[in-house]
Amino acid sequence: MATERRKQFFKGLKDGFPIFLGYFAVSLTLGIHLHEYGLTPLQGTLASLTNHTSAGELIGFQTIASDSGYWVLILAEIVANARYLLMSFALSQKIDPKTPLWQRLLMGHGVTDEIFSISVSVPGKLDPFYTYGAITAALPGWTGGTLVGAILGNVLPVRFVSALSVGLYGMFIAAFIPPAKKDRVMAGLIAVCFALSWVFNKLPIFDGLDGGLKIIILTVVIASAAAILFPRKEASDGEA
Amino acid sequence: MKHNVWVYIFICMALVTYLIRILPLTLIRREIRNRFIRSFLYYVPYVTLAVMTFPAILDATQSPVSAVLALIAAIAAAFFGGSLFTVALTGCLTVFVTELVTDFLIG
Repeated sequence: MATERRKQFFKGLKDGFPIFLGYFAVSLTLGIHLHEYGLTPLQGTLASLTNHTSAGELIGFQTIASDSGYWVLILAEIVANARYLLMSFALSQKIDPKTPLWQRLLMGHGVTDEIFSISVSVPGKLDPFYTYGAITAALPGWTGGTLVGAILGNVLPVRFVSALSVGLYGMFIAAFIPPAKKDRVMAGLIAVCFALSWVFNKLPIFDGLDGGLKIIILTVVIASAAAILFPRKEASDGEA
Repeated sequence: MKHNVWVYIFICMALVTYLIRILPLTLIRREIRNRFIRSFLYYVPYVTLAVMTFPAILDATQSPVSAVLALIAAIAAAFFGGSLFTVALTGCLTVFVTELVTDFLIG
């Protein structure tokens, strides 16, 4: 049991390495702009350590800079992070139902787009220790990137940051292409997602919607339609 | 500023975000049998990730050209069985090389 946990932890650590690089690159840009929001490097770094999210922090910093009320920021965070509610829901079904509370609470801090992406891609049930490994790789990247960005500012070569930023999307792609290769429904679904997401983001009538909200609406609509039109036969892994 | 920055960061941001993350994970403690919900939750991750990837990836780099090439290269790498790291690295290298070449050509 102990060796299996260690194995899972190191597997998560290894799979989390690209997340480390990607997070470092993205939070670097967040750190570079920190002073524009009137925040110190310490404030930004602690925010990254405790929030562990890009969209939520960006919205948060903007709200802080405009000195809005606390409740405005709370609402903004709920909208920006509501997709984590869906991910947390999906993860609750991916782990062993007997998983103790403390493990669920620890895993919670790792509910980010990227760690979720690799956690759900594990075949069969998810061992929380895999997710701990991924968090151990990702969180220092995210926090450290913010700090380095805040201190070094604009001295880093743009080309380097640009190349690293795309790594995060590479991880998403690595998660949804393998099931699309095996299953024609999934392949069609991914194509529909790309098309609708493009329409939603490019048509001016949707401009008023926040980015996080767009992701939630698209996810709920497309996944519901898929569940109605193509219900899983004997629903995914481990069902008796 | 009349508001406390630490209250903003730790309460309004960190605490709210953490609660969103742990609520379903801690409250839903058994397997859901309903076929619609199971199917819905099966599709959710892939739909979310696909929606987040496109068209956002087009704005992630210095030019949409390098982003499109990186998208194609990463999809190809994943299709031919590349690991997470390989796929991510393929995307990064494609952007790096493309931007190097286009900068050289344009001057």
